Amino acid sequence: MYTLPSKLRLFAIVFMVIGAIGIVSGFLSAPSSTAEVKEMMAAHGDGHGAEASHGETNNSHGEAHNESEAASQAVPGEGQSEDAHGSEEEHLEHTLHQMQNRPWSALYIACFFFFMIALGCLAFYAIQFAAQAGWSPVLFRVMEAITAYLVPGGIIMFVLLAMSGVLHMNHIFVWNDAEVVAHDKLLQGKAGWLNGTAMLIRAAIFLGGWLLYRHFAVKFSRNSDNETDNRWFKKSFKISAGFLVFFIYTESMMSWDWLMSFDPHWFSTLYGWYVFAGMMVCAITTIAIITIYLKSKGYLEFVNDSHIHDLGKFMFGFSIFWTYLWFSQFMLIWYANIPEEVTYFVTRIEQFKLPFFGMVAMNFIFPVLLLMNSDYKRVNWFIVLTGIVILAGHYIDIFVMVMPGTVGNSWYIGIPELGALCFFFGLFIYVVFTALTKAPLLVKNNPFVKESKQYHY
Amino acid sequence: MASKVIHAIYNDDDILMQAVKEVRAEKYHIEEVYTPFPVHGLDKVMGLEPTRIAITSFMYGLVGLAVAITMMNFIMIEDWPQDIGGKPSFSYIENMPAFVPIMFELTVFFAAHLMVITFYMRSKLWPFKKAENPDVRTTDDHFLMAVDTGHHDAEEVANFLRGTGAIEISLIDKDEDH
Repeated sequence: MYTLPSKLRLFAIVFMVIGAIGIVSGFLSAPSSTAEVKEMMAAHGDGHGAEASHGETNNSHGEAHNESEAASQAVPGEGQSEDAHGSEEEHLEHTLHQMQNRPWSALYIACFFFFMIALGCLAFYAIQFAAQAGWSPVLFRVMEAITAYLVPGGIIMFVLLAMSGVLHMNHIFVWNDAEVVAHDKLLQGKAGWLNGTAMLIRAAIFLGGWLLYRHFAVKFSRNSDNETDNRWFKKSFKISAGFLVFFIYTESMMSWDWLMSFDPHWFSTLYGWYVFAGMMVCAITTIAIITIYLKSKGYLEFVNDSHIHDLGKFMFGFSIFWTYLWFSQFMLIWYANIPEEVTYFVTRIEQFKLPFFGMVAMNFIFPVLLLMNSDYKRVNWFIVLTGIVILAGHYIDIFVMVMPGTVGNSWYIGIPELGALCFFFGLFIYVVFTALTKAPLLVKNNPFVKESKQYHY
Repeated sequence: MASKVIHAIYNDDDILMQAVKEVRAEKYHIEEVYTPFPVHGLDKVMGLEPTRIAITSFMYGLVGLAVAITMMNFIMIEDWPQDIGGKPSFSYIENMPAFVPIMFELTVFFAAHLMVITFYMRSKLWPFKKAENPDVRTTDDHFLMAVDTGHHDAEEVANFLRGTGAIEISLIDKDEDH
């Protein structure tokens, strides 16, 4: 049995407290009027008229202003001076909304990121049962513990969606703004699917299904410990197979609702797969890191190099799979160059160049080079190092999925983002390691557990 | 007297693995083991050096990548500049996404084919080559371990091998073998 060390608990709580302070300060420092935005921009040394002298390295307000100015010049017929004034007000209004969206988006991204680790882990766990995998049963308890985060993570996710979708506490979902939809034919056409109530109902169905599977899968696994036959394993096998079918449909729809709808005009048919691939990499990486951590503390003595090697192979493989999907999505749209499609990548390349390409390097080049060699996959610190880079890379992946649609040019990775990340990291650690204490770290009576313990490559 | 080779035949891979371990523990020299299928872990037990084919594969992949880049740059950019995807930039790097599939495919193509050819050459395999395995049953369901008697007494080694579970032992003079 694992007992939660008080140091680790303190570590998690400290992160949660620091994170909560960051989140709150993010909300408090968001401007509430255009006058404040003006002040903030002046404080940034980005006054109007001076934007020409600012390079791309400076903050992006100047660029945004240029854009809106260009837009206003493109509209003929209006008085020049009035037009300029109107566009400035409009621009300030626009920036205000972006800045108000920022703490919400930061919270949303971090919340989703840790939620998807738990969800990916649940899918991975189900695959082990459905495939009757022989190598992995020694890791089941670690996986079960990670999926425990699905409960609080899912509830927070649902609350966030309710606050954005139904309670209108923020404007991160542009399709949820009645005024915008009134002037937008495309959004009117999609309103049957993309509306707050429908999204919340779907979210309830998705989360309900996933949590239901999680509840029974873990229950069967615990029940199996006290039995001598394969009754519970057979039941687990059945519900796992069923869950995987449910999961791949709902995960896909979840990705449209929760991520793709930030750019509601744009769509990609492989988006669900793309999100899934990122989810799996993060989940497997987290399994590997937690397993290595527990091993370093003297637990999980039955986990050997070959298990770590296999997790490393999965990290390597899914990183390449993720890149394959990223590239497939990118290349077809880039090649065809159809305006309504390519705008998604134009926004990202123009305004998010460093995170957009940086995360491809972190999620592809880094793991490929570090994990290519067979022997390196058995070196624990290699796996941990690569894992940390992969996790950071996939956080940025979610970041560039969400931020362009919500805060646009006003993005930055600062206190709200890092605060939210710290908070959910702390919560994740706390929940996962508390869940680890609930059952013995080795499953008993699983028909493959002996094979798994003797597993060698 | 020329050294002699003992051919010990086994009919089970687990027994063979155990036998290999015992033979090596006795410091007898195993020349070769012939098996009808790849036996997992046999190379480690025999103390063979790990394969270096992965390194060659990586290098061949790099060659393929270089060939693809050079070729596409010549064909699409230099020799007959193409307007790719409505973006006539005539620069390799700006059109790179369009070339990635080719770069990938040629990397794989070179790595795979040259690796196979390397493997054949290294294993001294070529068309119409006469089979080397001393007993045809090793292509069916039997395993053969060839042990060099060296300066040991042949009878003693044969007895030892029989003890490890060999179902058949035959003493072969090295000279007549080759």
